[in-house]
Amino acid sequence: MKKCSKCPKPATLHITELVKQVPHEIHLCEDCAQQYLNQDEPSTPSEPEEGMMVKLQLDAGDKELAELDKNVCPNCGISFREFRSQGRFGCPHDYVVFGDELEALLENIHDERQHCGKVPKRAPSDSQRQYQLIKLRSELRKAVAEESYEEAARLRDEIQAMETALSQGTGDAD
Amino acid sequence: MLITRIVVGSWPRAERSRWNWSRLFGPPWENLIVELDDLTHTSGEWLRGTGPEADIVISSRIRLARNLAQFPFLSRSDESTRAEIEGLLHQHVSDLRLPQPLTYLDVQNMSELDRRFLVERQLISRELCESSGARGVGISSGENVSLMVNEEDHLRIQVLRSGLALEDCWEEIDRIDDSLEEKVTYAFSEQLGYLTACPTNVGTGIRVSVMLHLPALVMTKEIQKVYQALQKIHLAVRGLYGEGSQAMGDFYQISNQVTLGKSELDIISEVKDVIPQIIGYERKYREALVKEKRRDLHDQVSRAYGILRTAQTISSEETMHLLSSVRMGINLGLIDDLEIPTVNELFIHTQPAHLQKLRNSALESGERNVARACYLRERLASNNDVP
Repeated sequence: MKKCSKCPKPATLHITELVKQVPHEIHLCEDCAQQYLNQDEPSTPSEPEEGMMVKLQLDAGDKELAELDKNVCPNCGISFREFRSQGRFGCPHDYVVFGDELEALLENIHDERQHCGKVPKRAPSDSQRQYQLIKLRSELRKAVAEESYEEAARLRDEIQAMETALSQGTGDAD
Repeated sequence: MLITRIVVGSWPRAERSRWNWSRLFGPPWENLIVELDDLTHTSGEWLRGTGPEADIVISSRIRLARNLAQFPFLSRSDESTRAEIEGLLHQHVSDLRLPQPLTYLDVQNMSELDRRFLVERQLISRELCESSGARGVGISSGENVSLMVNEEDHLRIQVLRSGLALEDCWEEIDRIDDSLEEKVTYAFSEQLGYLTACPTNVGTGIRVSVMLHLPALVMTKEIQKVYQALQKIHLAVRGLYGEGSQAMGDFYQISNQVTLGKSELDIISEVKDVIPQIIGYERKYREALVKEKRRDLHDQVSRAYGILRTAQTISSEETMHLLSSVRMGINLGLIDDLEIPTVNELFIHTQPAHLQKLRNSALESGERNVARACYLRERLASNNDVP
């Protein structure tokens, strides 16, 4: 595990920043990250240039942060604020859930917002079902943690049934 | 030399990857490749020192980032989910039918030395080496294909070639990607393309890199101009071992940053198109050095060679630095009793993990420096039979 770049503790948060279109990653422990994120002016340890932050482009006040916390992916449970502090998404569905907020970010990184490269011949025909699977897995994890074994067994069966349907490419016709 | 540290999703962190078992061992592969130690005495495809423009272009590499649609990304995957993803991809990777046979290695249960060894060989990224939990890598026998499972994304496919050969890399990686896609459903959206854990890779998920050896540009400090020019057109410059690594041995990796809104072939062209200019620039400065400062240059190259052949203790950093001079000396005809592939191999074999595996024991830094000097003396003595 990486060490925090400001103290000897292990880094639990990995921040990606863009400095002049170039993303920068900083690894911090929770305390240092808190401090870092609350700075009024973004500064990067490795790059003193004025930075445009991927995660906190705005000087978000407490109120705004609370708003960001509310925007949560129903499938994987990550909030937009968590995404911004880690620079990593929780699941593919986040791109849909955080779609509006992401537009500016993607334009900053790529100057574009429409894919025009390779398309899988087998594009996910039923994205909803895939996202549903991610959601069921997250519920299963929760059920196991809460020792609700009956619920966990039910979820496990449901996941298995759905996986089988997806892998056979059949799915329900309705 | 200051390299701005750019941290994107990475391979590879290095980016970091490739070699030829086939020259040393015959089939059946299954019995041979499993032995990681077999790799120790070989060097990989990308160090062959052949291919177009091989005096300056060390290798070409393309990697693709892919994720399975029905699983969360790794930051939100608990141990059992990670294991499930690993099990599934392990199976599909092992089932791949490639021109060269593939071996799957369980990185989770590998010693740290072996993991570092694979990083030095550029077969796995530092991220895969340093993270925890179920993860693995499939490696082709020629070491030019590597498929990392549970790196930053569920799957990172990487193809490498010696010299400037990006089209060949693309052809092979596209084929591998297609075969996997027949078995699994990738996370993909029509608007944003392949969906990746980090938004810096979304779209094509492609990273196209060319590794260059640019000693003359470093010596004349012209490298900074190259660096600035590339930054303006959104290309990244990294060191030998990818993100965050120093430009050791005057090796530079040039790669794309933008992954969305352009086709894979356009991105490949963008990287490919700047390479001849950089090569031309490096050659121009090599010629100028030979013309204007031949004696100084010959002196520097000869001293570097002399130190490598006689030192009693030497750090990895100094070794890289001196080997870089020697490598340029060979290309300019100032050294004639040593071959480029040997020098390329020494760059890798003198790295800490390789040295320890070659010596078959764990060594402290000081002991490594002595072992490294000893290894260099042995290797270069056998290359010194010319009267």
